[in-house]
Amino acid sequence: MSEDKRPERDDHTGVETTGHEWDGIKELNNPLPRWWVWSWLVSIVWSIGYWVVMPSWPLLTSYLEGTENYSSRQAVLEEVAAIKERRIQFGGKMLHISYDEIREDDTLYDFATRGGKSAFGLHCAQCHGLGATGAEGIANLNDDDWIWGGSEDEIEATIRYGVRSDHLDTHYSEMPAFTPDVMLSPEEISATANYVLSFTNLGEYSELGENTFADQCSFCHGESGEGMREVGAPKLNDAIWLYGGTLELVTQQIASPRHGVMPQWENRLDEMTIKQLTLYVHSLGGGE
Amino acid sequence: MAKRSLQKTLEKNVFLLAVGTLLAISVGGIVEVAPLFYLDSTIEEVEGVRPYSPLELMGREIYIREGCYVCHSQQIRSLRDEVERYGHYSLAAESMYDRPFQWGSKRTGPDLARVGGRYSDEWHVLHMRDPRSVVPESVMPAYSWMETTPLDYNMVSKYLETLATLGDPYSDEAILMAFKDLEAQVDPDHEGVDALMARYPKAVVRNFDANSEEITELDALIAYLQMLGTLVDFNTYNNENDFR
Repeated sequence: MSEDKRPERDDHTGVETTGHEWDGIKELNNPLPRWWVWSWLVSIVWSIGYWVVMPSWPLLTSYLEGTENYSSRQAVLEEVAAIKERRIQFGGKMLHISYDEIREDDTLYDFATRGGKSAFGLHCAQCHGLGATGAEGIANLNDDDWIWGGSEDEIEATIRYGVRSDHLDTHYSEMPAFTPDVMLSPEEISATANYVLSFTNLGEYSELGENTFADQCSFCHGESGEGMREVGAPKLNDAIWLYGGTLELVTQQIASPRHGVMPQWENRLDEMTIKQLTLYVHSLGGGE
Repeated sequence: MAKRSLQKTLEKNVFLLAVGTLLAISVGGIVEVAPLFYLDSTIEEVEGVRPYSPLELMGREIYIREGCYVCHSQQIRSLRDEVERYGHYSLAAESMYDRPFQWGSKRTGPDLARVGGRYSDEWHVLHMRDPRSVVPESVMPAYSWMETTPLDYNMVSKYLETLATLGDPYSDEAILMAFKDLEAQVDPDHEGVDALMARYPKAVVRNFDANSEEITELDALIAYLQMLGTLVDFNTYNNENDFR
């Protein structure tokens, strides 16, 4: 091979080669485009300015904080505070007035229910469903049946404190388990389940059922199964069931009741969101 | 021509080439990764973060085994949409006992960094059994076998011991009692609940999957999910100390 010569020029393209050769294959040495080289050099110069202004290099005991003192954490907190401030400018009035007064102000009420709908999709729909129709063990919020009350204040309390949650003020109720052969005989349980269903003409009435219901159940659920919200005892004389309204499921619920849990939201949502959610849930159709 | 001869020397000597390559590729690591191990500002000093309880630890193992991190991240970034949706941005301190961390990088499902307390245990049971039964639009696969698979926790003490060797503050007593602590966490009437709570404050003690016959994998997983992001009290936490 010849040494120390000017780089070879490729005949076909007229471009210099790198001078390397592998089994007769040579590589063209096309220069980088000018615009690219310049952008690259400018970005290096820019980066030096960036080191001075923004947090950049780690040092021995700390890091270069930059003259701007920028913090992405501070920035996001300020951003969240700013958007809250804007929401308060628009709807802050609702924090100081009653639900009835909010309803009188069309714009404010519209703002509240739309905000509530958005918050519902974010926080509530995973359990109650996007249309708030509930599921097995999870309350339907569109109907007139409220276990813990359907007025705005009662709905707000349920959102705030949850049901059987870890909040001190949570709604709490615990139906005793009428274990077969321990608390009641299987015949009594079956008769009671039938009697409960007979309120809506879906079960067989029997005297045994009526007597057992009167002795064991009516204290909380009411003599005609009208329920009692103070203790969270659901209404039994309608066709709305939390855990299903078949004879089998009602029997199961008497023998070994399930107790649903709703988390508290006071520790996650701000005051305005709670008010908005309350109005939205109330507006779904069953509000009292 | 000295430059060219340096290149030639490096290219033709395998040992020098390896050394040169190693030097070149470690620059990024030395500048960006190594300082994280000695800078005080890497991990915030916050109250409340503690090592995982034995049951939570086993739940975490199942989380890793099933590859939950493939679709779920555990890191709320300092961006407004994430902070408004999931809660306070994650702190490095909150995953200081994670080996390995579960920050994840793919978000097919929601972020789980603060999922603790957000749903009821029953919801988690239904959701693992059939995710579509509670969230119709979900694309998550079902993990229905967990509620019938007994949790294998024979090695839990050894596990704590290993983590203690790596530097996690598990006391000798915690290692010794790991077995009992695990059983106490699924049984509120267990005699060991007080000791468990003293060792692992804020631990949630419940029969998570409502099956009292045996401790299942689902118990462990729900115990883990229910504590995620709950250890730091952000009502008392002072953000300004840790602005970065």
